[in-house]
Amino acid sequence: MAAIADALTRVPVKASRGYWTGVVARLARDPTAMVALTIILVIVAAAILAPLIAPADPYKGSMIRRLRPIGFPGYPLGSDELGRDMLTRLIYGGRLSLFIGVAPVICAFVIGSSVGIFAGYLGGRINTLLMRIIDVFFAFPSVLLAIALSGALGAGIFNSIVSLTIVFVPQIARVAESVTTQIRSRDYVEAARISGAGPVTIVRVHVLGNVLGPIFVYATGLISVSMILASGLSFLGLGVKPPDPEWGLMLNTLRTAIYTQPLVAALPGVMIFLTSISFNLFSDGLRSAMEVKQ
Amino acid sequence: MSMIRESDRSRIPKLAADPQDRGGPGTPLLSVGGLIKHFGRTTGLLSQGRSVVRAVDGIDFEVAKGETLGIVGESGCGKSTTARLIMQIIVPDAGDILFDGEEVGSHALSLGEFRQQAQMVFQDSYSSLNPRLTVEDTIAFGPRVHGLSRRTAIARAHDLLHRVGLEPSRFAGCYPHEISGGQRQRVNIARSLALEPRLLILDEAVSALDKSVEAQVLNLLLDLKEEFGLTFIFISHDLNVVRFMSDRVMVMYLGKVAEVGPAESILALPRHPYTQALLASMPSMDPDNRTQEAPVSGDPPNPINPPSGCRFHPRCKVVATLCAHSEPAPHDVGAGHLAACHLANPESGHPRLAAA
Repeated sequence: MAAIADALTRVPVKASRGYWTGVVARLARDPTAMVALTIILVIVAAAILAPLIAPADPYKGSMIRRLRPIGFPGYPLGSDELGRDMLTRLIYGGRLSLFIGVAPVICAFVIGSSVGIFAGYLGGRINTLLMRIIDVFFAFPSVLLAIALSGALGAGIFNSIVSLTIVFVPQIARVAESVTTQIRSRDYVEAARISGAGPVTIVRVHVLGNVLGPIFVYATGLISVSMILASGLSFLGLGVKPPDPEWGLMLNTLRTAIYTQPLVAALPGVMIFLTSISFNLFSDGLRSAMEVKQ
Repeated sequence: MSMIRESDRSRIPKLAADPQDRGGPGTPLLSVGGLIKHFGRTTGLLSQGRSVVRAVDGIDFEVAKGETLGIVGESGCGKSTTARLIMQIIVPDAGDILFDGEEVGSHALSLGEFRQQAQMVFQDSYSSLNPRLTVEDTIAFGPRVHGLSRRTAIARAHDLLHRVGLEPSRFAGCYPHEISGGQRQRVNIARSLALEPRLLILDEAVSALDKSVEAQVLNLLLDLKEEFGLTFIFISHDLNVVRFMSDRVMVMYLGKVAEVGPAESILALPRHPYTQALLASMPSMDPDNRTQEAPVSGDPPNPINPPSGCRFHPRCKVVATLCAHSEPAPHDVGAGHLAACHLANPESGHPRLAAA
């Protein structure tokens, strides 16, 4: 028997196309998701490479060249209320805007999934207790909660990330809990239990792989919300401080120029909109690409 | 009281000396006594006094080494709950489960040791396979949990795939969605054999398959049983399949055992009216011999509030007043054939007995 087993191991096993390979292939056939992904990648690349591609210094203003229109020589996208180049500031602004938009979602993804999977897998009273605590957070609208937390913690980038993380943890935990509760009652989890596996092994091998996908999709959708909330906090003076370039803050400082240079004043808003909607569309595409096989 | 007599044991194939055998050939491999599970009792603050579903309400049976016990009954009669109770996926409210003479979960036989020797094949071949694991990883999971190296576990998985009729070179790397229902059920069987169990519980394992595939899988199971010296508990609602597979048959009704005994005896001469009705409801192969009316009418009563006395009495054709208030005890009608019906017991005082 050992000899047979040994001979059989040497048979080359046809490598099957994994689940994620299929997802990527289906995603690649979705034009909307691909356009959205391209926009995201361009914006991310521009933010990373800002010092190399930006035409000017984002902090250097000029008192005589304030609020130039779009297409003014030397200022492709005009200049702001302090005469700083808009294109440069939009490119640099992507750095902070993306960071304070994405970082809370990543933190909340880690914390929220852990809490949700823990509660969902254990079930029973611990689950009820944790989920009822989380329900308390749902009593507040997320914008109000973010403003209240930021106000309490004080202004600043770090504090706005902390407050946005607190806003998103309950939402992700709830999704994680409901998906885990579904997976937990599947026969393959029972079969694993019958095989004598402990809870940690079962969660690692059988639960995580089936749960992280849906949570990930949900979290991608949250990035757009997070960016809008983060911009909102900056707009209210609770996030990034001037003169640092950040789209929400730029929208705030330019609002006085809305009658003189409406197009220039709208540019930071356009960037926020473009990035948010790209993340949303990409998340939608990812969801449908993942739904094909379970 | 042992339900298996010496005369029955002669039919059971002699097992080769099994190194895992503790109790000897005379000890039943599995002995279940007074098993009870009521659902809906552990409740929160606001739902006290909620009604209780008596899913399994006091059943006793034994499974001898090397035999196949078929369990039949309508949907909701507690067949699957019994299987899950034996496997301890659900914790019983009361009752003893002895495996080879030793209590499951006791010092002599821990739950982990028991689960290595008893495995289960589920009905739904799709939800019983993890969609993110390849076939070989699914089968190798159990052995790896028990400390085998990945290489050895995969080798065992390939060996088992070979034995259940799936060529490892073609199927080992597949994901569940890439193979058919019959192939998935073969993978499930291979997975259940990976820990080299002695008892295999097949919970409606072929019910979801189409007839031609079902026949292949049944034959495979019989081959594997002989090859590995297994003992089967075969749960099904299909009497033909149970007849084909089983040495002994247990008929369940509303969480109770209606009748249990050797397969030939039960299927040829059923003593419980419910078993008689079940057999009469089977479609005949002969078109001139069609079943014209349903032998049992209506749905089974609600297990939340089961009927008093004999649980079958509201649907029984030979019901008497006695049946509504007195619950019949299993009565031995010969050769290890037990029927829980007053008519089977000459001393019960059922009026039809006097008339005969």
